[in-house]
Amino acid sequence: MNATWSRFNVTSIVLGFAFLYLPIVLLIVFSFNESKLVTVWGGFSTKWYVSLFHNQGLMDATWVTARVGVISATVATVLGTLAALTLTRYTRFRGRVLFSGMVFAPLVMPEVITGLSLLLLFVAVGLDRGFLTVTLAHITLTMCFVAVVVQSRLVSFDRSLEEAAMDLGATPAKTFFQITLPVIMPAIVSGWMLAFTLSLDDLVIASFTSGPGATTLPMKIYSQVRLGVTPEINAACTILIAVVAVGVIIASIANKRREVQRQLDERAAQRG
Amino acid sequence: MKSLGSIRRDFAPWNDPSAKPYIQFDNVTKKFGDFTAVNNLSLTIFEREFFALLGASGCGKSTLLRMLAGFEEPSAGRILLDGQDLRGIPPYRRPVNMMFQSYALFPHMTVENNIAFGLKQEGMPKADIEKRVAEMLKLVKLEQFAKRKPHQLSGGQRQRVALARSVAKRPKVLLLDEPLGALDKKLREETQFELMDLQQELGLTFVVVTHDQEEAMTMADRIAIMDKGEVMQVATPAEVYEAPTSRFVAHFVGNVNMFEGKVAERTDKTTRITGTTGAQIVVENGAAAATGADIIFAIRPEKIRVSSKKPADALNALEGEVYDIAYLGDMTVYHVRLDDGQLVRASALNAARVSEDPLTWNDRAWVSFRPDAGVVLTR
Repeated sequence: MNATWSRFNVTSIVLGFAFLYLPIVLLIVFSFNESKLVTVWGGFSTKWYVSLFHNQGLMDATWVTARVGVISATVATVLGTLAALTLTRYTRFRGRVLFSGMVFAPLVMPEVITGLSLLLLFVAVGLDRGFLTVTLAHITLTMCFVAVVVQSRLVSFDRSLEEAAMDLGATPAKTFFQITLPVIMPAIVSGWMLAFTLSLDDLVIASFTSGPGATTLPMKIYSQVRLGVTPEINAACTILIAVVAVGVIIASIANKRREVQRQLDERAAQRG
Repeated sequence: MKSLGSIRRDFAPWNDPSAKPYIQFDNVTKKFGDFTAVNNLSLTIFEREFFALLGASGCGKSTLLRMLAGFEEPSAGRILLDGQDLRGIPPYRRPVNMMFQSYALFPHMTVENNIAFGLKQEGMPKADIEKRVAEMLKLVKLEQFAKRKPHQLSGGQRQRVALARSVAKRPKVLLLDEPLGALDKKLREETQFELMDLQQELGLTFVVVTHDQEEAMTMADRIAIMDKGEVMQVATPAEVYEAPTSRFVAHFVGNVNMFEGKVAERTDKTTRITGTTGAQIVVENGAAAATGADIIFAIRPEKIRVSSKKPADALNALEGEVYDIAYLGDMTVYHVRLDDGQLVRASALNAARVSEDPLTWNDRAWVSFRPDAGVVLTR
């Protein structure tokens, strides 16, 4: 390392990180504010965290969000994995280009359009808007992300592993569950986590497709903020940030460890 | 393994008309779209044979192996294994196992689970599986690595796990796709002999695909040399080398000198050839071509003697000039330009430290060879 701390470097880093994190730091700091006025510091307190847990509306919204996230991420993972498998395996069927384009189009589709079109669909088929419709909408939204993640893993998947399994007497179904699935499982898990995160922070599509009794946390926060930001919301957001941060840190440490262990193993193997 | 030599010497079912073929390719064709990978090919392999498919990449040898394993179905023709037509039988019901070029070890399983995989599919009792796995680990000398994952092994160890896994089910035929391709040269040579020992010990039929002629010559009982989806010649390593039946085979295996000429005279034993410039040579081997036919005379460099004077007893002697000399230690390679312009490659074993007949660049020299040293080729 020959990094020199020139004035330019330091300024860039400070400005860059300030730009990224100053708003979040402010939010966290003010969540511990004693005062009811959000922008006036009145001393340290954790009372907003306590009152948060007594705010039935927020707690309900959290519970709805968690359920929508888990269910939609799980269904989207199954569907996305199947789509990825088809797109990488059966490369010669008619209309493959069209199909793969259509699977990935929602990636770049403006959320407003996705939300609106889903709303129209639900109205047309007479589905009452609520928990089910939000979940369905989130499956639609997140499935293509899962497909992208899983497909990028499948492209580098050594097909001879499957051939070897079949050669050794495993039927195609057994081969899939005993060989293919375990090998691509890390990609499926990260696809699930991505889908869950996307569902967790979606506001636009949820606003279009949700109905009474199925208010998600982002919707709840957004509607409360329109009546004025309360320190309670700050506290809720801080908890959300903490949960996400802890998740990311654990995942990256686990990844790093596995990588280091792998390198050590390989070096040991080369030595004999 | 003391009797190995004699077993292998006596083993020649292909010369026995009553021997029953074990694997039979009957007019097999395989097309991928417009590309013909295997073209109307027929081939017979016998039980317990160590058979090599040799050819450059794209010659169809791997396709042939994959059809035997069941990963590809022939477009036409049929494949018989021990009398049974393999058409329509999926890979997981065929009594053959394959060792893959990439080894294809299951990365999420330990060495012992990799080896046990095929046995579990068979529904073998657990105790028997354990016994067989232990046996296999012992066979490939990996007992202390049973609990390791594939990425914790060296290349040579992975190769042995792949081998153990593919023979664990005692298949009727073991298919090996470039089994030594990923190993370095020294390890490759050792492993060649290990594979031969293993084949004898287990009494299995081995079909190996390789592009390395030395590997095929070392290991195989018989070699099929393939080109553009067709078999050019099937013979023992010695026959392939000493008696190639085509220019392609002569070129593909080892070094060779080729002379163009016409048949001047044929007796029942010998063919007299006139070269393009009038030089005459007498040959005892090879194809029977009619008088006047255009033929090729092929001869290996080590069968040619280079001397400063014309040997008195030589039937075939041609004069030229030493063009180049390469001293390789164990032997010396001479390039002699004959007076008709043709370049001849001759190699001489350096049996003595000092040559009795030293030759140097631009010396006049004679190349001579016996009538049985080369072959006549018509294609």
